[in-house]
Amino acid sequence: MSWKLGRRRRAVRPDDAVPAFTPPGRWRRRLEATVRLIAALTIVGGLYAALAPGVSQAEDTPPLSADAVQGKQLYETTCISCHGPNAQGVENRGPSLIGAGSAAVEFQVGTGRMPMARQEAQAQKKPPHYSWEQAAQIGAYIQELGGGPTLPKGQKLRATDEKAISRGGELYRINCSACHGFGLGGGALSSGKYAPSLNDASDREIYAAMLTGPQNMPVFGDAQLTPEEKLAVIGYIQSLKANKDPGGFGMKRFGPVSEGLMIFLVGMVALVFATLWIAGKS
Amino acid sequence: MKRRKLDLAALPAKSAEEVDARLTVATPLRRLLNKVFPDHWSFLLGEIALYSFIVLLLSGTYLALFFDPSMEEVVYDGAYSPLRGIGMSRAFESALELSFEVRGGLFMRQMHHWAALLFMAAIVVHMFRVFFTGAFRKPRELNWIIGSLLFWIGFLAGFTGYGLPDDALSGTGLRIAHAIMLSIPVIGSWVASSFFGGEFPGTVIVPRMYIAHVLLIPGVLLGLISAHMGLLVKQKHTQWPGPGRTNDNVVGVRMFPGFAAKAGGFFMIVFAVIALMAGLFQINPIWIFGPYQAATVSSASQPDWYVMFLDGSTRLMPPWEIRLFGYTLPPLFWPTVALPGVLTMLPLLYPFIEARFLKDNQAHHLLQRPRDVPTRTALGAMAVAFWAVLTLSGGNDVIAEQFHISLNAMTWAGRIGLIVVPPLAYYIAYRVCLALQQHDREVLAHGVETGIIKRLPDGGFVEIHQPLAPLDAHGHPEPLEYLGAPVPKKMNRLGALLPTVRGFFYPIEKPAPPVRLDQPSEAPVSPAPARSEITTGS
Repeated sequence: MSWKLGRRRRAVRPDDAVPAFTPPGRWRRRLEATVRLIAALTIVGGLYAALAPGVSQAEDTPPLSADAVQGKQLYETTCISCHGPNAQGVENRGPSLIGAGSAAVEFQVGTGRMPMARQEAQAQKKPPHYSWEQAAQIGAYIQELGGGPTLPKGQKLRATDEKAISRGGELYRINCSACHGFGLGGGALSSGKYAPSLNDASDREIYAAMLTGPQNMPVFGDAQLTPEEKLAVIGYIQSLKANKDPGGFGMKRFGPVSEGLMIFLVGMVALVFATLWIAGKS
Repeated sequence: MKRRKLDLAALPAKSAEEVDARLTVATPLRRLLNKVFPDHWSFLLGEIALYSFIVLLLSGTYLALFFDPSMEEVVYDGAYSPLRGIGMSRAFESALELSFEVRGGLFMRQMHHWAALLFMAAIVVHMFRVFFTGAFRKPRELNWIIGSLLFWIGFLAGFTGYGLPDDALSGTGLRIAHAIMLSIPVIGSWVASSFFGGEFPGTVIVPRMYIAHVLLIPGVLLGLISAHMGLLVKQKHTQWPGPGRTNDNVVGVRMFPGFAAKAGGFFMIVFAVIALMAGLFQINPIWIFGPYQAATVSSASQPDWYVMFLDGSTRLMPPWEIRLFGYTLPPLFWPTVALPGVLTMLPLLYPFIEARFLKDNQAHHLLQRPRDVPTRTALGAMAVAFWAVLTLSGGNDVIAEQFHISLNAMTWAGRIGLIVVPPLAYYIAYRVCLALQQHDREVLAHGVETGIIKRLPDGGFVEIHQPLAPLDAHGHPEPLEYLGAPVPKKMNRLGALLPTVRGFFYPIEKPAPPVRLDQPSEAPVSPAPARSEITTGS
């Protein structure tokens, strides 16, 4: 089926009893064309105004909550330089935060990773610039702006029963240890990126990290790890941190590298001194 | 019947006589007890390895009483709650029981593991001593070869032990061993499937490694160590050159009682250091690693330190895959099969290569100072640098993470370092040797620095040297030959000043009284000449 654009010409039938068609005058044609153009523009503009979001309904947007207003102010003091006005992002500087959600903001700002000191492989944890309350306010602003994942309420986001913890350990070893290590000490990734140590991470931080996948971490959405499983993983991590090393000084649980260092620095050094001492006794 | 009185004083001699009457051991035993050991600390390094091996046998026997090398699937229900309800092999379960339920089990496990690390460390350090002092030269080449083999057999012992508990780290190590076997051209897949009894991991590898670890390898180690010691007694010790020491004698203390007391004490010290480390520092926490699953590979999964250089070589190897005649030669082949092959053969042959190069067919019983054989010392430094770059690269992810370095930068630093650092080490070691020799020759020619500065009439300053040789008719010191023995470099070594106070941490003898210039001192230093007061002359 072929489409023809443009006006279809009416076939002229000479035997019709239609009076001869007299072409309109030049000025009339121009007038008609103008009227048609205006009508078309009006219709298109009207349709656009009716269907396009957020143009005609600007006044219908619910006003920001008190927290979000505070957050907006904080946002516009610091974050805006990279993430742009209205969190739309700035090319080659910072991504758009539409859909990032308050969980991501709380994690990034609350752990000091944002605001970033400089553009580099990945944002580093540092003493936070904003308190957790302020981070939550910025989070509220971003949440109300574009939506996204949010954290559950409360500070203790961890499973405490034994069964859940051992299940969490299994999940940790399969999903997390590849980067963060058996001993929670963190690990190196390619090109200067790294998985940070979990040794001083709080429940909320770990939960938010799993939920939002900050920096180079994959997202463990609720379909990959259910909220219960997340709580179990956090329960395992926190119990491992709380457990003392039964075998003595754990050497940060780095495994054979620190053990190899130890046998030379402590074992061999002590024994070489012993040989010097013994050989000197004669 | 007359009761014979028991003569207590004669009892030892009497019973020894009775023993000798039956076994005729007096002559060989006297020979053995009179064996002379040179008195130098570097001769005790190999003993550290020997004593850690004894600790390994003792602690290993204890562990074998409780460990069950079975791959049967069980569900854990033991003392360590974070693993309860998790499926695992019986081997891992029994290793956990050893750690948490058997009395002293964790301590014994840690002692066994630290002793293993120390065993290998002492072997390597002892090998450095033997290499750098030329103790491997004729007639001791065979003992050098046995020593090198001891390293590799110890390596196997360590690896099979590392794989036994079936935790995630040992499983990962086995996985790599499996890949290494597969990378051997032509026969690789047969080798791998015969070791593992089929596909990885199977159920036979842990029981097989167990019997190798507790019977076969220790048996070979024991045999080689006995041969090592037997050859040592037969060929006698080497010794440092010095007064009274020649190529035909050994100067030192007799086995009994002097050396036996020292060695017994040193065994106790080695035992104590291992026990202290086992009690203070945690090693191989298998409960954190969890049971082995093929999907569980943690970051910082490393082998023990003596295997780490092969891990490093694997990390540095570029991904060059060669396809020949329908066979694939994976890049893993070069760093893990070809390299260890070279690293085994080259040291074994080194004594013969060196003798060939130097056209040296003599028997040597006197050691050489490293500085006197700069080429060998530099070659050794090169080998150590090569090994050090590889070992550091084996832990490059931990280094990258801890020091905030890019892992890719670490890998490239290792690749470049492997080519650049060894020749650099060669050059530096060679120059240092020559410089040290030069200093010895300088002292032989000019004498020891006295620390006395003399001002010349023209205003210049010179330091007065104490010549080592007597002066000839013209007042010049007679030339001294360079003999490759230590040269005294301080006045108190010449008896010109009082000797240094002996003692390790605190003086074991009374310190010398302070020297007073107005009284004749014990040392033959002439008092400073009386000076007339400088006046204006008016």
